Parts: sequence; C-alpha cells; structure tokens
Amino acid sequence: MDKAFHFAIPVIDWTALLPIMIVAVTGIFALIAEMFRPKHNNNLIVGVSLGGLALAAVASALSLQQPSYTTAAELFLRDSLGTVAQLLILLATALTISFSEGYLRNKRIPFGEFYPLVLWSSVGAMIMTSTMNLLVIFLGLEILSVSLYVMAGMSRSEEKSEESALKYFLLGAFASGFLLYGIAFVYGATGGLDLNVVNAVWLRHEASSHTLLLFGFGLMLIGLGFKTSMAPFHQWTPDVYQGAPTNVAAFMATAAKIAGFVTLLRVVSAFGALHNFWLPALTAIAILTMFAGNFAALVQKDVKRILGYSSVANAGYVMVAIIAFGRDSSLGYGTVMYFLLSYTLMTIGAFAVVSMAAKNRRESTKLEDLNGLWRRSPFVALTLVIFMASLIGIPPTAGFVGKFLIFFDALKTDQIPLAIVLAVNSIISIYYYMAIARAVFVSDSADVEPDTSKPSAGVAAVCAVCAIGIFAAVAFVGPFVGLLSTK
Amino acid sequence: MNLLSIIIFLPLLGALALLALPERKTKTIQQVSMLTALLTFVTSLGLLLKFDGESYGFQLVERYQWIAPLGIGYKVGLDGISLMLVLLTTLLSIVAIGCSMKIDQRLRAFMICVLILETAMLGTFLSTDLVLFFVFFELTLIPMWLLINIWGGKNRAHAANKFLIYTFAGSIFMLIGIISLGYLYFKTTGRLSFDLVDIQAQVANGKLWATAIAAQPYIFWAFAIAFLVKSPGFPFHTWMPDTYAESPIAGVILSSVMVKMGTFGFLRFCLPLFPEALKSQVPLLVALAAIGIVYGAAVAAVQPDMRRMMAYSSLSHMGFVLLGIFSLTRMGVLGGVYQQLNHGISASILFLLVGYLAQRRGSTMFSDFGGLKAQTPILAAIFLLGMLSSVGLPGTNGFVGEFLVLLGSFQAAYADQFSIGVVVLAAFGVVLTAVYLLYMFQRIFYGKITNPENANLADLSRSEVALAGVLIVFIFWGGLVPNSFMKPMKVSVDATILMAKGMVDHRPHWDSPETPLEYYNLQKPIRHVEALKPIIRNGPKPFLMAAPPQTPSPAGMGIRAGSGAPKPAAAAPADSKPVAPKPALGSRLAPRSGSATPAKPAPGGTR
Repeated sequence: MDKAFHFAIPVIDWTALLPIMIVAVTGIFALIAEMFRPKHNNNLIVGVSLGGLALAAVASALSLQQPSYTTAAELFLRDSLGTVAQLLILLATALTISFSEGYLRNKRIPFGEFYPLVLWSSVGAMIMTSTMNLLVIFLGLEILSVSLYVMAGMSRSEEKSEESALKYFLLGAFASGFLLYGIAFVYGATGGLDLNVVNAVWLRHEASSHTLLLFGFGLMLIGLGFKTSMAPFHQWTPDVYQGAPTNVAAFMATAAKIAGFVTLLRVVSAFGALHNFWLPALTAIAILTMFAGNFAALVQKDVKRILGYSSVANAGYVMVAIIAFGRDSSLGYGTVMYFLLSYTLMTIGAFAVVSMAAKNRRESTKLEDLNGLWRRSPFVALTLVIFMASLIGIPPTAGFVGKFLIFFDALKTDQIPLAIVLAVNSIISIYYYMAIARAVFVSDSADVEPDTSKPSAGVAAVCAVCAIGIFAAVAFVGPFVGLLSTK
Repeated sequence: MNLLSIIIFLPLLGALALLALPERKTKTIQQVSMLTALLTFVTSLGLLLKFDGESYGFQLVERYQWIAPLGIGYKVGLDGISLMLVLLTTLLSIVAIGCSMKIDQRLRAFMICVLILETAMLGTFLSTDLVLFFVFFELTLIPMWLLINIWGGKNRAHAANKFLIYTFAGSIFMLIGIISLGYLYFKTTGRLSFDLVDIQAQVANGKLWATAIAAQPYIFWAFAIAFLVKSPGFPFHTWMPDTYAESPIAGVILSSVMVKMGTFGFLRFCLPLFPEALKSQVPLLVALAAIGIVYGAAVAAVQPDMRRMMAYSSLSHMGFVLLGIFSLTRMGVLGGVYQQLNHGISASILFLLVGYLAQRRGSTMFSDFGGLKAQTPILAAIFLLGMLSSVGLPGTNGFVGEFLVLLGSFQAAYADQFSIGVVVLAAFGVVLTAVYLLYMFQRIFYGKITNPENANLADLSRSEVALAGVLIVFIFWGGLVPNSFMKPMKVSVDATILMAKGMVDHRPHWDSPETPLEYYNLQKPIRHVEALKPIIRNGPKPFLMAAPPQTPSPAGMGIRAGSGAPKPAAAAPADSKPVAPKPALGSRLAPRSGSATPAKPAPGGTR
C-alpha cells in the first residue's frame, strides 16, 4: 500500500482533552438554556456557564501533577504550563461572566448569545495553550478570535462598538495572515508543523532552512505580537477596548492575552537556538512596548483607554520575562504565569469596577465618571485602589510579586537594561493608575445628579474575589513557581 | 513564643476587628482602635525584659519559609537599634490614634489605615529578610496615600500623588538592588537567600563582593537613594512639605516615624553590606546631610505655614541623624540613632499641638495666630517644652543627640574622613534651628491678639494634656538619663560600625554573635604602643592566626579578656590577640578615626 494513503486513526487520551470538551459542551448547553429562559433574564445561562467552567477547572486541576505527555498523534500536549494556562483562562472567563449579567442588563443588551460565545472563545484559547503543533495553534487562535469579533460588536446601537468590532476584525484577520505565513515558512524549513523540531533543524546548519526559519519566526512574531498587543502592533488595543462592551474588553485583555503569551513562550523556547537573532529584536520590542504603553496612558482621560494602554505596558513586562526565559529555559514558566495570574485578577477587577458606569443604554467611562464612587460604595472603591496598587507593583500584592519575579529573572540572565527600563516604567505608571484610584475619592460635581446606584451583586463578588485573590496569591507563590519549574 | 510577630501583627488584627464592626458605632470603634494601640505598646514593652543588651546578634528571631524556590522567608529579629524604634512606633501610634478621635468622616476606615501603617512600620524595623523588609517598607504607601487623599487638606490629591511617586520611584531601584544582592549571594554560595544575616556573613568575609566590586557603588546607591527619599535627604525631600501640609495630623505624626525607616535602612543595610562603597561615598553623603541641615533650617524660617515649617525642620533634624550615621564613629552613630528617637518625640509633640490649634481654628498659618499665650497658657507651656527639645537645649533629649552627633562628626573629620567644613556648616545649623523655632514661638504666642477669633480659644482639655504630657516625660528622661535609652543600643551600634569599617575578614557578623566585638575592635585605645611595633614592622597579619613566636604577648592591650562574653568559636590561642590589622601604612583605608581618646595609635605618627 502506498505510504501516503496510510492513515492510522490516532489514539486519543480523552482525559487530556476533557476540560476543553466540557467548556465546549457547556457552550452548547448555554445556547439551549437561552431558549427556556424567562424574557431578559439570563440567570439560568449564567448558572449553567459557571457550573460548566467549575467542572472544567476541576478536570484540569486533577491532571496538574501528572507528567507531561502528548496525545492525538502529538497534536495535543498536556503539560503543567498548558494546564495552568487553562486554569487561568477558565478563571478569567468565569470572572468575566460573573460581572457580565448586571452590566449587560444596565446597558440594555441582555443577549443570551454572549455566554456561549465567550465560552467557545475560551475553548479556542485553551486549545492554543495546549499544543506544540503550529496548525493547532492557528486553529485555536481562530476559534478564539472569531467569537471575539462578534462579541466586540455586541452593543449594536453604539457606533463605537461597531467600530471596535470592525477594527478588530480587519486587523485581526491581517495578523492571522502573518501568523499563517510564518507557519508556512517554518513548515518549509522543517518539513513538519511541530515546534519541537525547530532547534534541531537550526543546529543542522543548512543555510536554506536558516533563512526560512528566520522569516518564519519574524512573521509569527508579528502575528502573535498583534494578539498580545506589543508595540508597534498595539495601536488597535485602546480603540477596541474603549468601544467594545466592558466585559468583552476584560475578556480580551486577559483570556486572549494569556493564550497569546503562552504560545509566544512556547515559540520562543522552541526557537531558543536562534536567540542571537531574536534577542535584540525582542528586547527592542519589549522596551518599545513598555514605553509606548505607559507614555500613551499618561494623557488619556478615559478609563477604558487607560486600561487598554496599561495592558500594552503589561505586555512589555511579560516580554521581559519571556526574553529571560528564552535565554535560560531553566528559569521555568513560573514567572510568566504568575505575572499573568496577577494581571488577570487586577485587570478583570478594574474592568468590573468600570462596568458600573453603564446605565440605561449609555456608558461613559471618563475618569470623572468614577467620581463619588467612594460615597456610593466604599468597598468597591477600596478594591479599585487595591487593583491599582497591584498594577503598580506595590507590596504586598500579587502584582508586586509578579514584578519581583520578572526583575529576578531579568537580572539572572544579565538583562540589566531591561530591568532598569521596567523599573522606570513602573514609576511612570503610578501617575495614571493613581489618577484612576484618585477619581473615586473626588466627590460628584455639583451640576450632575448624584448617582446612588449600588454595585450589582456580580460586580461586588468579582471585586471581592479579585481583591482577596491578589493577597492570597502572594502566599502561594512558592508552590506555584515550583509547579512550573522546568528543572 | 513569637513575641515579635505578635507585636507586628497586633495592629493588623485590630484593623480586621474594626472591619467587622458596623460603621456607625463610633464609640466602639474609638475604643477598639485605642485598645489595640495600647495593647501593642504594652506588648512591645515586654521586649525590654527579653532583650539582651550585651549581644549584637538578632534576638527573638523567627524564621519561616515563604517563597522557598527563591530563598525568601519571613524572618524577623530584634537588635538594639530596632528595639527603641519599635517602642517609639508603638508609643507614637497611641498618640496618633488618640489625637484622631474626633474625626467625623469615616472614622473606621481612618483607624484601619493608621493601624495598617503601624504594622508596616513595625515590620520594617524588625525584618531581617531583604524582601520582607521591602514588602513592609512599601506597605506604608497605600494607607498613607489614602490618609492624605481622603482626610487631607485642600491640595490633598497633588500631595498624595507626589508622596507616592517620590517614594515609589526611590524604592523600586532598591528592589533591583535587593535582587542583585540575592543573586550575588547565589553566585557566591550556590544557594539563593535574601536573608540579611546570610548575605552580611558573605560580605564580612569578602566573598560576596570579590567578583563584583565594580557593581558595589551602584547597588549601594540603589539602596541609598531609597533611604534618602524616605529620610528625607537634601535633594530628595520635596515630597515632604506637601505631605506634611496636607495630611491629617495622625498621618504627620506617623510620618515622623516613617522617616526613620530611611535612616534605619542606612544603619541596617547600607552600613553593613557595602563597606567598600561606603568609604568612597561618605563625603558626598555627609555633605548632603549638612546641606540638608542648613537648607532645611533656612527655608523653615521663612515658611508662612506651621506645618510646612515643621516639614523643613524635620529635614534639618533628620540631617543630623544622617550626619551622625555617616560619621561612622561610635559617638556619631550613637548620637544619630538617639537623635532619631528625639526627633520622633519632639516633632510629635509639636505636630500634636499644631494639630490641636488646627482643630480649634481650622488653620495653621502663622498670620492667623499671635498672642495666644494669655489665652492658652498650658498649650503655650507644652509647646515651649517641645520646642526647646527641638532646639536642643541642654537638659532635654535633643541636646544629647545633637551634641553626640557633632562630636562624632568632628572626630571623623579630624581623622580625614571628610572635610571639617561640612561639620562646621552643620554646627551652624544648630543656631539656625534656634532662630526659626523661637521665631515661630514668638509669632504664635507672643504679642497681642490680632485676630478676634483667637480671643475665645479654649486651652487644652485634660485628655489632650495627658497625650502631650506622656511625650514631655520622655523629653526630660531622655535629656537627663540618656543612658537608659542608649545602653541597649550601644553594642549593636558598635557592631554596625565595625561591619562598615572593618577590613575583610575583620568584620563582625550577625550569625556568630558569640564572638565578642573586642575581637574585631579597631577603635579601642591601644595604650601599649610597644605591642604594635612588630606589626608595624611586619605589616598586616591574618586575623586569628596562631601567633608567631616572635610576637610578644601583648598583655593588657585594651582588650577586655574574659569579660563575661563567651570565647569565639575559633579557639584562638590565649596569646593571640586581635591586634588591629594594619594595611600599608598611611593608607586611607586604615580605620584610624573615631578613637574616643585623644591618644592616637602609633601608626598615625608615621605620616
């Protein structure tokens, strides 16, 4: 029989795929539940979604201690990095869903489709993080993105939301093209789609494959850089975050970025042998990203835009950790993942507070719109201060430990300039983070009718969970980093 | 028993208890917060019983793992320098809470902030792990920011941000410095640790800096700038007037403790960990301190606002502390450490009284006052006492501190550690201090009542007098019997100086406190010059080596042999004495200064 036609049905270890399958099926259930819900009441859907996510998290956590293995013809990889990333994505999705209902109702867009879409979107993100196969990465990215394009335009009556969706769609499609093109080059160089073989091919010293690999890496970097909003591919970020509904922006800023960074981490470590080429490029990108994010954020007046640029700046910080890891893979994945954990908690918390600004179809998220929050709800105001302190990196918050770990890795791999740039940027960032925190203590201006609405239960719960999580994560940094060590 | 942890976390527990109370029960909130502060103070008094003033090692040590893969632990310990600062913190927290009882806006949140601040400060003074220290050091930022931003004056937003940005900018580079030290320790020993005791042991034997001596000044300055911002030192002080002018009085009183975190940081980290860099940087640091003294005093004299004047006065007083510390003589450092306490006490009294005035009149501008002496005689009397302590009148604690600092720095200057002009400048600052403080007193209390609102001003109530009176006691106690405060700190101060000035391998380290300091002591008066002759001839000899036969037994070299302290671990032969190791004669590295007696060691004469 001709070899080309020989196709063995791959053995699939379904337990490895279980978390992803659960979330996917939950999405279907959520869609079914929409048919039975009372009018404009999505509580049933929220319940189903959160239950499914919890189940998936349990399934994922149970496999945490296992040794890593591949299944489904090496298309799927179960390792500690992937599992932790899945847990983070599940956390981000659950937190987003928890504060969505009140927000969507206040905004008068209580569409039930949001929940299945966000669940499927997280399926894509989870797939991305659990493979070394470039094509599967691409599939995951597309599943993630297509749902996001729809969600970004969910507030159909708002022009900004539509603009945001279109912008994200056009640029996202473009970036996907870059990524795919890069994958094609790598395929050409290595004859396969698996990232594991790249280093071996490079070390074989064939000039032709070298060129192809470098091109491939560069193009993939652009594609992933877009998704993780690294400068100079970050321009869409503030616009899209500002226009998209706040809960979607929160999801984009966290779950989508976690997937992007984990992929980048895998790509960078797979291309470790080429570090002489990518190190200067990535260093330049990291420095540019940090400065671009922080300086642009300084002049913003809109909280969502500030958070958008903050996510750019944070992408720069993660890049420092990724570069350090690329230089010395014995550092482990702990730094990147811990930083992403803290980033997820504080960013979603901040977006949850901002989502309180929505009322009756309209939503203004200027800094002044936070005024008076200290009177309305001291608890939410204080949690916002905690989130901002954590974003700056003030101890004893998780944000501090995250930055500490990055500094540590950077100094350990002799990236002293990067460490200094990171420190300088942390200082710059105080100004705009504290502008947000300060706004809640300013009393309402006299000509505006004071808003007395209390935060919805969902927002309060998300704020509480994020705030407690920010402190609790500090206590567990040791085991967390130990779990992700590669030694 | 984990006494130190109990002290550190008692205020935090009180804060959590407050969190559980309903907001409207003002009375209970006042009682719980006061009770917490009192309980913490009483518990901290227990330290006096447990503390052994003869040992320079950390005492009542607790060590737990925290981030095991990185060698970061929860490690706390007490020594003579931190003991008094802990007591000062717990005492002034009572004052801060006591003077804030009348706050009508969200009292509960206010008290929670104050108590968290107390925990942060206590933790800072007691941590012996660098990262833990940093965590506590920075934990003060957000509560203080909230205090200024919610309960502050008119310009609070600006002041709060300035405070936060300044202090954070200073300390983020210290974080890089801390990590670098941890990494250097890893390169030296193959083990990760941020434990101060571990790292200092490697500094003491010279291994840590052996390969990285070029990096030492940079890491030193990464620490020094953080502490200069906090203390505040001269060019980094500009956050302070704004903070003092805008924050509530409790915040200012606590700030007067918080600034000690900076000077304490110098004593705890900069002196023991960077001995080589310190030698070259001391002239600059001393100059900054002296400029701070004079500049602070001069600017204070022209301030129209009492709070701003007090802020610049703090800059001036903290300059003395810095000057004393960097003189690196026994008297200077002891005076500096003592002056920390004095400034805490005298500044708190003045702030407390300024706060009372502000409560009554809603203003702290000099132009609103005048002639208050007839109206409020008790207030005037207490104010006068606090002011005289601040001026440094003999009999008050301020005199002892400033005198020792100046004495110590003159010694150091005569020993060519830095220019004598600097010390003369600093001494001139004492005069300026008297000028602006007396001028202040005159403007508030003398003259005629110009403002009719002052005509019916109420004098201090009994509880207010009690609060201020407690502090007055310390002014005279500290001024007349300074030894009761200085005795516990002496050994720790000596150890710190030797860590900073000793040669490699001749520095004490905290992990073997059973080695008496005399073994390292270069400053003991050496009366028998004869004993030094072989050393002059043969050059330096390794420390604690069995004495070669030709060395005469230098009996009575000023070494307190067998003075109760146990023998060193390395059993040296009875005749081998830790003779001052002299490097090449005339070398500037030779620690010649600080001899308490005018009799100079013989090598001094060879120049």
